[in-house]
Amino acid sequence: MADYQWPQADDRSLIGKRISRLDGPIKSSGRATYTYDVQRPGLLFGKLVLSPHAHARIVSIDTSSAERMPGVQAVDVIRDAGQEVLWVGQEILAVAAETDEQARDAARAVKITYEKLPHLVSDVEPAQAGDRAEEEAEQVTGDPDAGFREADATIEGRYGSSVITHCCLESHGQVAEWEGDNLTVWASTQNVTGLVGQYAEGLQIPAGNVRIITPMMGGGFGSKFQADTWGLSCARLSKQAGRPVKMMLERDQELLVAGARPSIHARVRAGAKRDGTLTAWSSQAWGTGGITSRGSVNLPYIFQIPNRRSSYVRVSTNIGPARAWRAPRHPQMCLITMAALEDLAAELGMDALDFFLKNVGIMGARAQTYRQELLKGAELMEWKKKWHPRGDQTSGPNKRGLGLALHTWGGGGHQSNCNCTIHPDGSVEVSLASQDLGTGTRTVIAIVAAETFGLPLDAVKVNIGDSRYPPSGPSGGSTTVGGVSSSTRRAATSALNELLAKVAPSLGVEPGQLEAVDGRIQVIGDSSKSIAWKQACAKLGTTPITASGRRSRDLISSGVGGIQMAEVSVDIETGVVKMEKMVAVQDCGLVIDVKTAESQVHGACIMGVTYALYEEKLMDEATGLCLNPDMEFYKLAGIGDIGEIEVHMMTGPGYDDRGVIGLGEPPVISPGAAISNAVANAIGVRVPTLPLTPEKVLAALEKKGGAA
Amino acid sequence: MERFAYANPSTLKEAVGLLSSRWGETAILAGGTDLLSLMKNYVAAPKRLVSIKNIAELRGINSDTDGIRIGALTTLQELLDDESIRRDFPALAHAAEGVASMQLRNMGTVGGDLCQRPRCWYFRSGFGLLAQDEQGRSLVTEGDNRYHAILGNRGPAYFVHPSSLAPALIALDARVSIFGPKGENSMLLKDFFQTPQSANERETVLQTDEIVTRITIPSFLRGWPNATYEIRPKEALDWPLATASVLLQLEGDAVAHAHVVLGHVAPIPWNAESASQWLVGQRINEQTAAKAGMEAVRDARPLSGNGYKVKLASVAVKRALLAAVQGGA
Repeated sequence: MADYQWPQADDRSLIGKRISRLDGPIKSSGRATYTYDVQRPGLLFGKLVLSPHAHARIVSIDTSSAERMPGVQAVDVIRDAGQEVLWVGQEILAVAAETDEQARDAARAVKITYEKLPHLVSDVEPAQAGDRAEEEAEQVTGDPDAGFREADATIEGRYGSSVITHCCLESHGQVAEWEGDNLTVWASTQNVTGLVGQYAEGLQIPAGNVRIITPMMGGGFGSKFQADTWGLSCARLSKQAGRPVKMMLERDQELLVAGARPSIHARVRAGAKRDGTLTAWSSQAWGTGGITSRGSVNLPYIFQIPNRRSSYVRVSTNIGPARAWRAPRHPQMCLITMAALEDLAAELGMDALDFFLKNVGIMGARAQTYRQELLKGAELMEWKKKWHPRGDQTSGPNKRGLGLALHTWGGGGHQSNCNCTIHPDGSVEVSLASQDLGTGTRTVIAIVAAETFGLPLDAVKVNIGDSRYPPSGPSGGSTTVGGVSSSTRRAATSALNELLAKVAPSLGVEPGQLEAVDGRIQVIGDSSKSIAWKQACAKLGTTPITASGRRSRDLISSGVGGIQMAEVSVDIETGVVKMEKMVAVQDCGLVIDVKTAESQVHGACIMGVTYALYEEKLMDEATGLCLNPDMEFYKLAGIGDIGEIEVHMMTGPGYDDRGVIGLGEPPVISPGAAISNAVANAIGVRVPTLPLTPEKVLAALEKKGGAA
Repeated sequence: MERFAYANPSTLKEAVGLLSSRWGETAILAGGTDLLSLMKNYVAAPKRLVSIKNIAELRGINSDTDGIRIGALTTLQELLDDESIRRDFPALAHAAEGVASMQLRNMGTVGGDLCQRPRCWYFRSGFGLLAQDEQGRSLVTEGDNRYHAILGNRGPAYFVHPSSLAPALIALDARVSIFGPKGENSMLLKDFFQTPQSANERETVLQTDEIVTRITIPSFLRGWPNATYEIRPKEALDWPLATASVLLQLEGDAVAHAHVVLGHVAPIPWNAESASQWLVGQRINEQTAAKAGMEAVRDARPLSGNGYKVKLASVAVKRALLAAVQGGA
């Protein structure tokens, strides 16, 4: 019997190697079909009508003129007269018409009157938020006052980061089509399996009547777990019109309503002994993520400083609601903590790397991982050669600096079921209702199956992105790779064992004496007694083997570290920050595909540079509007802004034996903090909040006289 | 986008005949990079578009002893590809290069660059060029004005003129030729721009039934040091926060004549006259360039949230001057 445990390093032919993603060529050549590309016979186009006010009561809705517009086939009212809208962009109704343009015209022809109500859209301090501030219970550990008395050095600082959005390049949306009572939805979603129930409940139809299809995904980052108001409305429009309807959000709608990351702000005090030993922490934090935002912040991050006190106030604002943004809350907690601690190291006159290493002992379960990663990162960054005390004293306006940060995440695999089929002609299929968000999930599944069967990668057909396949969890919280790799491994191993049982008699051995390697079934260790894979499968006659497998906890694990170092140059006359280099050192247990794993880290660093330097959802208090729901002033980094990114995956003994752990979130946590620290190191003063715009850099410099 | 009629004339006369004398009824279509987004956002809703792309005389770059004539339909990329412009007028080439997306440079035209509308987010959100609320209060002064004017901003206009080429062309003493119902005339490009004083005025003196036909740079400027320096956070697809274009005539090492023009700091390309005058007789070095930069922004009156742009504008002047004497940038 083949064992389902992961093969040892010497026995791996595909796992742990560098393999290009299977859908790379069709994606880069534009042949991949995204939800946006789905065409159906008789397709109509849907368009949402959104609230133009940050807070208002709907007085009346008149759709009659819109209904008479050319091409209009259906109107679906989502919020009726009398109801309140709580942010600009809240959905009021949707229309469907023959063309996209007709739908847009019809949406503009709807007449809605509002009674405006008071709003708050600015990211204000709790004291200015009145009854919109909701305080959480203070958390105290140890004796903070005594901890501060013990400290030889204490810093006080103010740190923060603005509300940003998800800005998925493929906006949210779907195509809905009915066939009798059965609904098919092509959805841009991170949750193929879960959407079935959401559509069923939202439309009051049996779950068995709903099918979700997601061939390709253009980015979700935590904002695409729901059917959403527009998804249900799209299905109702389709029902009404008796024709399929496509409704994708426009770019401004995407930025207004389809996801935001809460802001964070904090006043921090931190203290340490002369040798760098941390003794005390105190923080008052606040932030907003819309009207209601669940989840709190736990400060300090990672460092279990023995004496600590922290509080958090949630401010309710009339902005599009927060959604899980890649590693929810972690980038914010990381920034506040790492920035304050780097300031403290500077106060002590210590190299931040030495200071962090000094405190490895209070970094919890992954302490030794952090130590190894910090040393590896220092080597790759040439930290000791490049580091200087705060304020680059070389001549000229361009100042260089180094900064670092570290992070943690869970990443345990989600529930996943997989069916694996071996056909009599030797072909192999793996089917599960998971989804590939662009992370490489499809590739990882193929690698695991091919490795198990001893076949080349292209011998495996991977079927995902369809709720007809066995259920798999939503792709959130870095849970996908653990789920799908373990269920695939179990299913493939079971299928293989059935095949081995069929083949064993012809080789005159017990099934347990057989293995599948290099496209053959052979007696373990003896390739002279073997049969080619295709011939082996021919023994199945006309009946394929189908075996199923579930997520298997003994193949996976959770809990990772990870450190990042940033090198920046800052023009102190213009305040422009330029990324020179990022070093990212990351562990995630057994890495199935080193290349797509590195690619994940690259993507996270790029996203991190972007939120560190550019991204900010700008709200206007007077009008309640978002000022930059576009790609012009909602700025994303371009290729020239990213600098060099060097990724190192921690693998081998101590890592591989932990099993598979997710990777999506961890590498996006540290960049903001590392870059903020690098800027402080370069110019000799902290720029308190992200994004690190020229305006803020110059303001910080001005406070200390303009020089680094 | 609202419905519109499309006209495709092949002569200037024909084109002008198709243009209305009332604002908003018709619009001239060249590269369309700005107009189409204005229409898609319903900020502009002309009933007729008059394409000028088939008017041959608007194309091409020609030089003679008098001047370098740049047709209004010359694309930014064609400008950049012109060897003599790159050699003699780095101030202009660098400004064109700053329009950093290949798509915009391939479609956008010189005339369109001068006539594009401001990027002020209140204007683009439909509050009008002067961005006032129902009570007539300025949304800009009350609101987020981080990218707005620091000079020439006594109101009611607070936007910054978005043209990439205008500061460089004005520094180069360019003239603009305009064809209208009464035929062609020309003026100094600096007189083409105006700060609107009411909702009835635009940011240029161009009338609704007039077409920019070409730009002319005096030939005798060949060999005069010139440069443009832009400050922006991102390398590509980003608007500058401030720019400066400078032209110098040197006698020996000393400045005999200087022309300093700022971009993205005022509702018009900003002639920094006092800096230009101060430079006469100076030798350009780090100190004098910095002093000229300070002089250029002496009258700046920042709004609530754009004080940092004063520093940026002065640094842009300093760096443009240094670049000019070091052989252009």
